[in-house]
This record gives sequence, C-alpha cells and structure tokens, in this order.
Amino acid sequence: MRNIVAFPLLLLAVILQSAVVSQVKLLSGYADLPLLVLGAWALQDRVKSAWHWAALGCIMLAFVSTMPWLVLVVGYFALVFIAQTLQRRVWQAPLLAMFSVTFIGTLFIHLLSFIVLRILGTPFVFADVIGLITLPSLLLNMLFSIPIYAFMRDLARWVYPSEEYE
Amino acid sequence: MNSRSLQTTIVFLVIGGILALALGGFFGTASRQFSSVLVEFQTWVSTRYRGIQDFVTAPRDIISLRARNAKLEADVSQLQAQVIGLQQRVSQTDILAALVDFSRSSPENTYKAAAVIGRDPSPFLHYIIINRGSNSDIRRGMPVVTNQGLVGRVDAVIADAARVQLITDPASVINVHLQNAETDAMLSGSVTGDVSLDMISQDASVEPGDIILTSGLGGGYPSDLIIGQVVTMRTLEFELFQQATVQPAVDFTRLDIVLVITNFRPVDITPLVP
Repeated sequence: MRNIVAFPLLLLAVILQSAVVSQVKLLSGYADLPLLVLGAWALQDRVKSAWHWAALGCIMLAFVSTMPWLVLVVGYFALVFIAQTLQRRVWQAPLLAMFSVTFIGTLFIHLLSFIVLRILGTPFVFADVIGLITLPSLLLNMLFSIPIYAFMRDLARWVYPSEEYE
Repeated sequence: MNSRSLQTTIVFLVIGGILALALGGFFGTASRQFSSVLVEFQTWVSTRYRGIQDFVTAPRDIISLRARNAKLEADVSQLQAQVIGLQQRVSQTDILAALVDFSRSSPENTYKAAAVIGRDPSPFLHYIIINRGSNSDIRRGMPVVTNQGLVGRVDAVIADAARVQLITDPASVINVHLQNAETDAMLSGSVTGDVSLDMISQDASVEPGDIILTSGLGGGYPSDLIIGQVVTMRTLEFELFQQATVQPAVDFTRLDIVLVITNFRPVDITPLVP
C-alpha cells in the first residue's frame, strides 16, 4: 500500500525536472531527475514495483514532454531492466551499481532520443549532441546520483519494512 | 568666638577665596589640570561602576535580550521575505508594463499574457510550458511573443496550460524577411539554442545588424514580428545560398511572462503541398 508514494514522488520529480532542473544547464545539457529516481528505485533489492514506477513515470513525462512516447517507454523500461540486472550482479557495491545504471541509462536514453528525433526529421549533428548535451548531462546525472540513491534507499526501507521483507 | 571656631572660619575663608579665584579664572592652568584629572578619575570610576552593574544585572538582561533578539530576528526574516516578494512584484510589474506598451504599439493584435511555468524535461527539445490553456482561448498554432520579439508558437494545449515550441528548437523552421536587404530567408534553431539563417539568395546584400522579421509566408506566423539581428554572414561562391548567424531579440534564458497572440489562426497549407 505504501507504494502509493510513487504517485506524489514521481509527480514531484517531473515537476522539479520541468521547473527547476531544466534551468540548471551545463552547456546545453541538464540532469534527468526521473531517470535517477527510477534507476535508484530499481536498484533497491527489496523493491518489487520498479516496473510499475517506470510505467507511471513514462505516463507523467509523456504528458509534459514533446519527446515521442516510444523513447520514453523504451528508455525507462530499459533503464529498469539494466538496474535490476546490475543489482543482481553487483549487489555488494550499490554505489558502483548506481553509477553504472546512471552512466548506461543516460547514454542509452540519449542515443535513443537522437535516433528517433533524427528519423522524425530533426536536423541534429551527432558531435554537437554528444559534446553539448550528452556529456554534460552525464556529468550532472553522476553528481546527482549519490544523494538520490541515498534518498531512495531510505524510502525503500520505509515502503518495504525489514520484517515484511524477511 | 573661641580660637577653634576662629581657626575654622579662617580655613573656610581661605578655601572659599581660593575657590572663588579659581572659578574667576585666576588659576587657569592649574585648575584645568586639576579638573582634567578629576574628569579622568570620574570617567574611570564611572566605567568600572557600569561594568560592575552590567555584570550584576547581566542574567536578567540576557534573558530579555535573547527574547528581544529572537523577536527581531523573526521580524527581520519576515521583512526579508516581504522584500523578496516585493522585488519579484516590481520585476513582474516592469515586465508587464513593457508588455502593455508593446501590445498598445500593435493594436491590430489581441494578446493574452501567460507566465512561463516550466520547460521540456528533455534537453534535446526547446519548449516551454505556460499557465494558460484552452480555458483562456489559447489554441494550437498561436504565435507567442514578448515585447522584445518572437518567442515561438503554441504546440499543444490543455485546459489550463499550453506547450510552446521556441524558435530555438532544432525542429523549428520559420520563413523570415530581411528588412534592409528586401529578401526572404529561412530561420532554424539548433541544439545549442542558437538560431541561424539559411536560404539567403546569393544576390542579396545582407549586412551584420540587419533586422529579421517574420515574413508571414506559409501561414504559420503573422508577418512583421521582430526576431533578431544578423550577426555574421557566411558567403561561399560555390554554394547556392548564403547563411548567417542571428542574435535573437528575446533572451530565452530569462523568459518569465509571454504574450499569446489570440486573434491569429495559422493556415494549414498541407492539402496544397503536392
């Protein structure tokens, strides 16, 4: 039942992303708060609802963003898949797993965005996208990943108390 | 009168006489030095007394001072909040005044003011979200401006909000007119937020500083909205067209309030495209 916290939390993440984080630019890139929240959530070993959260995040982002919904759905579901795969393999070093998820997830979503938008006719230059959007965004995502991971870990402990988990 | 009272009387008379002479200014230097010593001494005594008094009464004063300090700090923080609020209002009033002036200068258009409440979550796209929607008669395709110039056009609308595609968006293409050169061109955005001109005829003589206006061709925008100025030209003889970099009139990093031109309906020319 405590999973209902996904609604206000993801809503807050999307609102913050749109109103605040998107103004904090490094070159032309900025951090992706929903990506970090979903990645950190999916990395928690006791979490069973990461796919639901990803679906909810996609719906909320599709409502706000002009990005084609295909990019959002494929990107965020792939992120959860990567996180859960890594969580099983690198479970002893959660921060390393978080960094890996952030790194791979950011690159994957940006590459997907680039390909889909190019197919739809937006004239992007690959070198510009890498240098001005992807690398700065990656750096900011890495910086934000640590506090967000700590927050989501505490949240997971609250949503899935240890007795219930055991 | 016995000898003792006579002696006392004489002593008083002598001291009184000396005092009278001193007050009369006859012992100027001596009396000044004496008085300065007295003043210094009194100052020393007074200072020590105050110190002792402060020390003795300190506990009571600290409590009252702490209470007063807390109250003053609360007052200060409240006033600071008020100052920030008022500064924001002043800033908004300035922006609104400029927008009102602008709308008066173009009476042929009707405007609806809207606040910018967000941006697209993806860094690939340059869109803003405004707090007016179909409830305020905002429709898809309506141009959005500020008093400085063209911002973009409405891309999607819900009841109380709308999404606006900025002219800096990589997918944005606008037909423009170069006022001085009397020629048309095509303005497009980029991932960096810079805008550039393309499809300028090789015959056209375009100079840095030339004003760029919307041409109205294609029916997507009304004509004669200011976009910016030409910064640099790029002319290569072996290319079909000239290109130019543009300084937009609008500062897209500081968009707070915008105006939507509500009496303009874009023309859909899709059926005419072969």
